[in-house]
Amino acid sequence: MSLRNFKLYRGNDSSGQLVDYQIKVEQGMVVLDAIHRIQAKDANDLAIRWNCKAGKCGSCSVEINGKPKLACMTRMNEYKSDETISVRPLKTFPTIKDLVSDVSWNYEQNKRIPPFKPDPSEKDEKGNYKMFQEDVDRIQEFRKCIECYLCQNVCHVLRDHNSKDSFVGPRFMIRLAGLDMHPLDKEDRIPAVKEDFGSGMCNITRCCTDVCPEHIQITDNGIIPLKERVVDRFYDPLIWLWKKLFKNQA
Amino acid sequence: MFDIADIQSVEHDVIIIGAGGAGLRAAIECSKRGLSTGLICKSLLGKAHTVMAEGGVAAALGNVDNRDHWKVHFRDTMRGGKFLNVWRMAELHAKQAPDRVRELEEWGAVFDRTNKGLINQRNFGGHRYPRLAHVGDRTGLEIIRTLQDYGVHEGIEVYMECTGLDLIKDGDKISGMVAMWRDSGQFIIFKTGAVIMATGGGGKAWKVTSNSWEYTGDGHAMAYEAGAELIDMEFTQFHPTGMVWPPSVHGTLVTEGVRGEGGILVNSEGRRFMFDNIPKRFASETADTEKEAGRWLAGDKNARRPPELLTRDVVARAIRKEVKAGRGSPHGGAFLDIANQRSEEDIKKKLPSMYHQFKVLAELDITKDVMEVGPTLHYMMGGIRVDADTQMSRVPGLFACGECSGGMHGANRLGGNSLSDLLVFGKLAGEGVSDYIKKLNQKPQIDEDQIKSIIRNATVILNRESGENPYLLHEKLVENMQNSVGIVRTEELLSEGITKLEDMKLSYKNIKASGASQYNPGWHEALALRNLIITAESVARSALMREESRGAHTRVDFPGEKDEWLDYNIVISKNEIGEMQTNKVPREKPNKELQRIANLSMESLENEIFSEK
Repeated sequence: MSLRNFKLYRGNDSSGQLVDYQIKVEQGMVVLDAIHRIQAKDANDLAIRWNCKAGKCGSCSVEINGKPKLACMTRMNEYKSDETISVRPLKTFPTIKDLVSDVSWNYEQNKRIPPFKPDPSEKDEKGNYKMFQEDVDRIQEFRKCIECYLCQNVCHVLRDHNSKDSFVGPRFMIRLAGLDMHPLDKEDRIPAVKEDFGSGMCNITRCCTDVCPEHIQITDNGIIPLKERVVDRFYDPLIWLWKKLFKNQA
Repeated sequence: MFDIADIQSVEHDVIIIGAGGAGLRAAIECSKRGLSTGLICKSLLGKAHTVMAEGGVAAALGNVDNRDHWKVHFRDTMRGGKFLNVWRMAELHAKQAPDRVRELEEWGAVFDRTNKGLINQRNFGGHRYPRLAHVGDRTGLEIIRTLQDYGVHEGIEVYMECTGLDLIKDGDKISGMVAMWRDSGQFIIFKTGAVIMATGGGGKAWKVTSNSWEYTGDGHAMAYEAGAELIDMEFTQFHPTGMVWPPSVHGTLVTEGVRGEGGILVNSEGRRFMFDNIPKRFASETADTEKEAGRWLAGDKNARRPPELLTRDVVARAIRKEVKAGRGSPHGGAFLDIANQRSEEDIKKKLPSMYHQFKVLAELDITKDVMEVGPTLHYMMGGIRVDADTQMSRVPGLFACGECSGGMHGANRLGGNSLSDLLVFGKLAGEGVSDYIKKLNQKPQIDEDQIKSIIRNATVILNRESGENPYLLHEKLVENMQNSVGIVRTEELLSEGITKLEDMKLSYKNIKASGASQYNPGWHEALALRNLIITAESVARSALMREESRGAHTRVDFPGEKDEWLDYNIVISKNEIGEMQTNKVPREKPNKELQRIANLSMESLENEIFSEK
């Protein structure tokens, strides 16, 4: 057991500051445990989101010493014993209170994505669809996403340029990729990926991939293949020529 | 005094409290049937505990072993529940689960596949055949995300981070609910013809639990206060395998899938102690040598299941026994070994989130080392008493589905039967509400006095000068439940526990949360505590009344199942003077055909199904 120093953001979007706390920490604790201990002892009204405490729900996303992380999966022993741990809410989204951010923008983006559309005539007489494991491995990777929005938080387009009106962000790029690569899906979302969801805005810095707690290869396996599909559709010289020659047929 | 006209007010045909698998499935059904549907959840959408479900969803698809059939699933469920299940619920569940799983695929879910391209199924405790459709060990995430992504296009209005406080009635009928926005602390009035409770369990009343802060028995308590009955509350499931080390993750779930994939339990002497703990009822279906268990793991269809896959109540008690006898692991659990049973590659492929969870939280590599595990309060079999076909409680307009409803699982739930329960009864609740609303002649009216009293009860917690600290009271509660209403119970312990609960109820009357109303966890904790105490008391009182040991309810002073108790459920309700009433209620006689199926030997049932096919 040792005494550790914390600085936690207290306040809302318009005003607030880092406040000092000291708390005893035991072996095996994660940052979220320490915050809960501070909450129970010294700051009953300190706001933080959390649920599963096992890295499966993606609720407790914060910035710990400047790095976007899940508080429940960040062990105290990742930091030196005399290091002060400062915790702030996600920078890219408005702060509701203390460590809680308003992530509702993400839910609005999800709603904009055209839903999965299978062809029911492909079902067998028992009502089963056929898909093979090797064909779903890659989309199962994207479906591991726990919607912690850490990737959204570090995306330069959203964080530094605040271009939320022109790019849906990495989380929804891989959701689009997952739908586009789904063996049963019949919907064409490629024009929307380009026009509505802004695939061209991503400049592949891979910051999103670096922070993903599920280790999803967001950029390489999701965004880049989507960008390639857009390029194939809209910028392929042969298809362009075809379109010129036979209008409305391509 | 406040003016009700200043409070936000919305109107829906139906509101659903809770957005886990059951709530989402119910909301989708309501919306599909043309009802204006409001879905209210305490967390963000997609974070409910369904997301934590790991192993899979049980459905007799027969994709891996084509001998599977709803009758076998039904029989397994009844035997797992020690025959106390509501027969009709277990029947509906076994019959409808396959369609509910296929429907998820239609909505975009991507389950692991068999080599024929069908949904793959894995073995699990108490299930005769490989029956759990799964996605590695993150099946719950797949299900909740599928329902969420599908549901947002169905016209459901979602109210996130909004806490239900209490129901409003017009005469005997439900007419609405008052809730509170967690971020602003503002109140909101829902005017509605029907309410579906889908709030999950009340695991937060115990110290060692796999449940998060949300599971405070809100649905149980709101329904109880509104006049509904609670059934089977004495049956609380202790999942045999929770993490025991380090202390901060004590109770976090380790999926049964580890054992389904071949993981074995051993004590400090290296003995596979589950071989010493096979109950008579399951002896003919369980391997009695390590050799046979090994053949089963290798895929021999004639070999019987290893004893590690006995039902959860049996495994949890066996682990507790080893620890009590001094044969436990260093931190008071048993050893769970998958490292020496499967290859590193298999483990990472089949149990990726377990690998990750132990690696980060316990700094342990499960492909190389054995885990330490022990029982953790995981699930409540008991809940709001509802009609098996419509899911309506005895309060007109009040429905319930999922964990907060009772009856389906009897005295013990089989792993994998929870996710299927959510889907089957979520849909049925939606159908039930739709029929109820159609028959409703006029919309029930909202009563202002009830609203005022609900709001006053909530705000007084903030306005008090001083009083009990909600965090400390919660700590007392969990200590009490862990010690007095744990895996092993006695009259003495339970009576002592109830006396302490009575004291806590008095303390609660003077509870005080500091700070303002905006996003104030202390206040939220205080509000939830009322519900948690009601839920805890109902468990303790039911446990005291049931003088036998059955499934998850173990009375040291009344060992073994008693046939006469099989004829009764314990039902809790609030009496005229506001006290908790515990009643021993005779069960409905089972349908003859169902009774026949449940009591057939496995061999006869297999032959019967084979000849039908």
